[in-house]
Amino acid sequence: MRYSRQLLLPDLSVQGQLNLSKTSVLIIGCGGLGCPLAQYLAAAGIGRLGLLDYDEVELSNLHRQVLHGEENQGQAKALSAANAVRRLNSTVECIPYHLQLSSENALQLIQQYPAAKSSTYIYNVPTRYLVNDACVLSSKPLVSASALRMEGQLTVYNYRGGPCYRCLYPVPPPPETVTNCSDGGVLGVVPGIMGCFQALEVIKIASGQGSSCGQQLVMFDAQDARFRSIKLRPKQTGCAVCGENPSVTKLVDYESFCGSAATDKCRKLNLLSRDQRITVQDYQSIMDKAEPHLLLDVRPLVEVDICHLPFSLNIPLSSLEERKSEHIQLFQERISQLKQQMAGDCRPPVYVICKLGNDSQKAVQVLEKMSGSEVDSITVKDICGGLMAWAKRIDPTFPQY
Amino acid sequence: MAAPVAIHLEFGGGAELLFNGVKEHHVTLPSQSEPWDMKQLLVWIQRNLLKERPELFVQGDSVRPGILVLINDADWELMGELDYQLQDQDNVVFISTLHGG
Repeated sequence: MRYSRQLLLPDLSVQGQLNLSKTSVLIIGCGGLGCPLAQYLAAAGIGRLGLLDYDEVELSNLHRQVLHGEENQGQAKALSAANAVRRLNSTVECIPYHLQLSSENALQLIQQYPAAKSSTYIYNVPTRYLVNDACVLSSKPLVSASALRMEGQLTVYNYRGGPCYRCLYPVPPPPETVTNCSDGGVLGVVPGIMGCFQALEVIKIASGQGSSCGQQLVMFDAQDARFRSIKLRPKQTGCAVCGENPSVTKLVDYESFCGSAATDKCRKLNLLSRDQRITVQDYQSIMDKAEPHLLLDVRPLVEVDICHLPFSLNIPLSSLEERKSEHIQLFQERISQLKQQMAGDCRPPVYVICKLGNDSQKAVQVLEKMSGSEVDSITVKDICGGLMAWAKRIDPTFPQY
Repeated sequence: MAAPVAIHLEFGGGAELLFNGVKEHHVTLPSQSEPWDMKQLLVWIQRNLLKERPELFVQGDSVRPGILVLINDADWELMGELDYQLQDQDNVVFISTLHGG
């Protein structure tokens, strides 16, 4: 009796279990939330699981994406998750989709889950709007959660007359305000808790008990170990997709609507002209020739502690932007030493590096403003692609995080 | 004259990073002729608490898209949004939506 312990619950009972076994759920994203979600749904005896993810398993995923193992690195996440789920419960029909959800395929896919339960977790903003609209257009509830750093959020959208994602967020946030896990970091257990929470709500919906999160935002603060439930606004009559006169009646171009790309990969900034930038190869030859220079690492201290290049000076971008006096003083001292060393050259070169080459460009802009006034005149350039490009092209032993 | 109003402000979901990472702030809004409303509170926060990059917090006279405002544990849309008149001991939360997993 595989399910006997849960059948004993009057809340579930035999009828609830039967309902579960007839339910299809599409899980969008097989990562930190999708893994525990798929695991608990499969263990509980869900009928059919669609597992969708465009990405492959990487070592840096394993701390939170707990269905994948070391041997699955490089494999499609959808396949790796499907295999793990099949091992757990062979009676669950499991369908992996190794593809990216798009305006072209979303409706067709979501409509294949006729028992009307789409449960999803979505990283990026365009995909959130895409999935929301597809769920509204095909009348499916959307069990949505997210996690970042030490916090999680969960809401069930488009459920029993409640609001959809657009009712709450009619206008997408500016792209520069959105932080993802590879930028902001996340403690693995936090999406784990939120993914389990999603599984709970899906099971309640699927078995017939119903979810109480339809017009609620549940916030989890892992630091204070605190859950809070917030009453949200009702469905908005003026909503662009679920309102009385919807302007969105089919799926649209979500990347242009949101002004950002529909992947969770990092955005690449282009703030500087070509002569303000050097490649990692250029920097290697500067090191090889022992040309006098200052290497400035502008990452936060927590990242510098993970790995850094020898001889680099660490001043976080935020300290430069705020003109923190102790850091500016330190920087000026190093410039003075460099000038003595170079005897004559009045604009010593400063190369700025960060993880991926975005913050370093911002830092170059800040330093150019300071050069000649707040500090001595310098020539300042950024190293394109940052330390991750260094690890990829120059030194494969340098940690990629 | 309306008496000073003591309120509890909270920032979360990353919004706290605009306030030196401090999540909770107990503040007292000074006495003024009109009662304090949310619109005035946003101006007060910008002048007194916000450390940097106001565009990441406000847009026009409201909060920027992607930040949810909660007054006493309810969506501010239910409370009158910018026109809500603050009461002594109110709890106002600004929460940035998370996009990770």
